[in-house]
Amino acid sequence: MAAAHAEHLEHHGPPAPHYSSRITPGVLGMFLFIASEIMLFGSFFTAYFFVRVVNGTPWPTPPFHLPIYVAFINTCILVTSSFTVHWALQSIKRGNVWGLRAGLLLTFLMGLTFLITQAIEYARIGFNTTDGAFATIFFCLTGLHGAHVLVGLSILLFMTIRAFRGHFSAEHHDGVEIGGIYWHFVDVMWIVVYMTVYIL
Amino acid sequence: MRNPLRSEAEAFRFLIAVIVGALVIVGAAYVNTWLGVAAAILAVGGIAWWLKQEPVPGAADPPRRITSETPAGVHRVLVVANETVGGEALISTVERVAQPGSELLVVAPAMPSQVRHWASDVDGARADAVQRLHATVARLEATGLEVRGEIGDDDPLVAIEDALRTFGADEIVISTHPEGRSHWLEQDLIGKARARFALPITHVVVDLAAERSPAPRA
Repeated sequence: MAAAHAEHLEHHGPPAPHYSSRITPGVLGMFLFIASEIMLFGSFFTAYFFVRVVNGTPWPTPPFHLPIYVAFINTCILVTSSFTVHWALQSIKRGNVWGLRAGLLLTFLMGLTFLITQAIEYARIGFNTTDGAFATIFFCLTGLHGAHVLVGLSILLFMTIRAFRGHFSAEHHDGVEIGGIYWHFVDVMWIVVYMTVYIL
Repeated sequence: MRNPLRSEAEAFRFLIAVIVGALVIVGAAYVNTWLGVAAAILAVGGIAWWLKQEPVPGAADPPRRITSETPAGVHRVLVVANETVGGEALISTVERVAQPGSELLVVAPAMPSQVRHWASDVDGARADAVQRLHATVARLEATGLEVRGEIGDDDPLVAIEDALRTFGADEIVISTHPEGRSHWLEQDLIGKARARFALPITHVVVDLAAERSPAPRA
């Protein structure tokens, strides 16, 4: 009772808020952010389906070709990076700081490899944004995703720096949890982009 | 329904489900285009079914009851009333419940009509509530109690929760019109408040019509 009273006297600022949601505010914020991102991607996919299905634009428009196999290798790299970020989180949940650091570093490097490969692919692809609706939509969709990978890499960079500075522990790892959710979202979106743009 | 973004582990499992679905679609489409279309429909349906399967952990649990703390040696009473805020029955109940030196917070939720609520035209309802609140606070202060008044959210449950954030109370007094005239009773405010707040709740029925009518002659 005395301890509780002392704690009350030491407390400054407003009392702790009651949360009506069962999700922590941080995860809820990321959830809402991803919901808005899905709408953004949805608008780009609408343009894609309009050009390809409604307008009947040949995909890819001859004489252009899409580098399906390079993109497949890139897909494998990105999917693997989701496994490493999951491993990183599982490691820190068990108190394994080095597992966290290795997992995040590997994830960052694989994300960077994906982005560099995509940039090289853009340089060698043989068409530009002005080469018709097909080219425009291709660069818009893959470029939008690439921008998300760049944002994800920035988040991963901060996560990795914080991991090496010892900011995370088995009890406190919200920063890894929330960043991991975003990275998985980026991966899921790439699978959808790869399937629709390259495979279909 | 399972929320695939609730945690990193859920998001990872969702990614695995998407990868498996994508592989099934590509494999089927490799054999036959229409088989691929059928696989795509099945895969999307399967993922939707998978998302619906597992209930959200804790969703079926009753919400955590809200409590509040007061400093040791201080007795605080939260009074929630709207049109009945100046009623005699409420004043006498508060005088009975309050101890010498008790701190009181009277919250009067501004209750505009539904149309005015939709139009965000709450100024009139707030002005009326402020007027009633001032009269009640003055009357309770005259009894020697330390009283503060606030206009609350038009949802009385939210108004109570808001008040508890800044005013840790030991008990709550809720005043309503009699059964049949009270919207709050129709909405089972007392039952909902008892389920939501882990504090003693006293319900006072104020019959303003009976209070205003002249007393019958003996």
